Amino acid sequence: MIANYGYKDGSGEYYISIDTDKCISCPAGRACLTACPKGMFEIITDDYDDEVAAVKQSFRRSLAFDCTGCKPAGGYSSLPCMTGCTPGAIKHSW
Amino acid sequence: MADTAGEKKEYWRWQENCWIDESKDWRSAKIITAGIDVGSVSSQAVICVDGELYGFNSMRTGNNSPDSAKNAIGGVLEKSGMKLEDVHYVVGTGYGRVNVPFAHKAITEIACHARGANYMGGNGIRTILDMGGQDCKAIHCDEKGKVTNFLMNDKCAAGTGRGMEVISDLMQIPIAELGARSFDVDEEPNAVSSVCVVFAKSEALGLLKAGYSKNKVVAAYCQAMAERVVSLLERIGVEKDFFITGGIAKNPGVVKRIEKLLGIQAVQTKYDSQIAGALGAALFGYTLMQKQGAPAKAA
Amino acid sequence: MYSAGIDMGSRTVKVVFLEELKVDGAPQLKWGVKGKHIMFPEDLDADQAAEKAFDEALQAAGIARDKVTRVVATGAGRKQVKFATADVTEVSAGAKGAVFMCPTARTVIDVGAEEGRGIKADGDGKVVDFAGNEKCAAGAGAFAESMSRALQLSLKDFGQASLRSDKTIPMNAQCTVFAESEVVSLIHSSTPKEDIAKAVLDAVASRVTAMARRVGIEGEVALIGGMVHNVGFVQSLKTALGVDQVLLPEMPEYVSALGAALLAAENK
Repeated sequence: MIANYGYKDGSGEYYISIDTDKCISCPAGRACLTACPKGMFEIITDDYDDEVAAVKQSFRRSLAFDCTGCKPAGGYSSLPCMTGCTPGAIKHSW
Repeated sequence: MADTAGEKKEYWRWQENCWIDESKDWRSAKIITAGIDVGSVSSQAVICVDGELYGFNSMRTGNNSPDSAKNAIGGVLEKSGMKLEDVHYVVGTGYGRVNVPFAHKAITEIACHARGANYMGGNGIRTILDMGGQDCKAIHCDEKGKVTNFLMNDKCAAGTGRGMEVISDLMQIPIAELGARSFDVDEEPNAVSSVCVVFAKSEALGLLKAGYSKNKVVAAYCQAMAERVVSLLERIGVEKDFFITGGIAKNPGVVKRIEKLLGIQAVQTKYDSQIAGALGAALFGYTLMQKQGAPAKAA
Repeated sequence: MYSAGIDMGSRTVKVVFLEELKVDGAPQLKWGVKGKHIMFPEDLDADQAAEKAFDEALQAAGIARDKVTRVVATGAGRKQVKFATADVTEVSAGAKGAVFMCPTARTVIDVGAEEGRGIKADGDGKVVDFAGNEKCAAGAGAFAESMSRALQLSLKDFGQASLRSDKTIPMNAQCTVFAESEVVSLIHSSTPKEDIAKAVLDAVASRVTAMARRVGIEGEVALIGGMVHNVGFVQSLKTALGVDQVLLPEMPEYVSALGAALLAAENK
């Protein structure tokens, strides 16, 4: 399942997509939990009883502000969450 | 809030709805399950007998989730002569799903909407758009109604029922009439350019001053709403069959414009589009009961 | 001779004139600012409104129109000013004006009615980088305005009320429309107005601080835009930024028009 957490508002689209099929028996040892400096990820049991990564509820409506530390306005090269997740389950839409 | 409003007309107020299938007899059923969807704006209860839809109730959410859940199911129970103890399994869903005191399990509304849409629109449904009171969901699912891709936007009021209520109030047109009024225009206007409901409000007032009729402003807003939700759908990919759930499914002003933008027709249902989440929850309950075997009693 | 800056906002038009003076033989800009600030008449086209505001400003300043050599327009409606020689974005004009008024500022936070942004500028007021949240009322003055209406307080009283609170209530809603319902339920649960006011201003401050962090906070921070007048917001912003002082320019509404006038003078 592709889970898109985030939103679109007047200022743009801000989604973190997680390909949760890649979370099942995660080869990176749940690296997302520690890679994000703000600790935005958690492991949940989804509706189909799989243990997968998700963006914590408290961050889902404010990603544009919460991710600013890793995304300077002058441009960025790599994001800790995407680099940490070696199976490549995490993507940012902006 | 309704009390303090006094004489003020509530244009946003929509019709509550309670229905049971008189042709079915719940007393002869093996498994009775219920789904309760406590949303931020509306609450629904659905009762299924042996995995078939038996009855539902849809009403405005009250001040607290437990009472809203009780009132919602109370309507169906009363109409059918059933007691809560007769229901074997209850699944809560929606924004207030963890606050349904008599539920055995909580399941997210994403999974429930997909499951409910699969029942209401058939197993050919792949794309589901749920336009709820305070959120908007785009869901892609497989032939079993299992979610394969989803997104939910509950940050921004644009593209939600709440946004529609704001416009209904601003234009002083009852919410149920907005759809029809939006087609009663001399020519189809461009969408309002502001996505943000706050800015769209000032833009709407500007359009009225510039000589637009109320209907035309409503049309411009419906078009903006359609464009917005279509952009959400495109993020997850649109595949036939397409189904719309939630309160805004009842607004043809938005639905017809979405269909035009996507170039596909939404599958029609004879049931109330707002019950999809609660129906999905009741169906999840049925599957769980089948797995468990012996019926438990409601808590 | 004079240069002029005109700031076409969504509700107001601001005009600033700059006079070029020779001080000690060297040409130097003297900001003999003569401004005029009129309400945008709703029945008027944008270009007519600009024309009208400009004429009124000339009259008030006692300047003949042919003495004005260059006019630079800025603001949301800058393209509609037909008599402008050039136009610049609000970001460039805001940074230029803010650094002119507050020479030590390198970070400029601009919170107007419809937008909030963080700008990093150099010593000449030139934009190095900026991040904004336009077209969403959540990070702008409109958010506070809408909430003050829900509390039935004027924007000024709203700011002052928040200073009387030492509570920190997080706002769950990000959207202005949803936040209104949240404020209503806070009122219903008998939360004191000053605590709600502080919660709202803290929310706006944390959003614009996030934008400022994106550009990196350097040097002193100046605040421009309509929210300068809101004492409660200034306090919330200081806390969110973790600084003792935020520079507040005089006549904050005119900062962008002044910036445009300065850019007009430089481009001669």
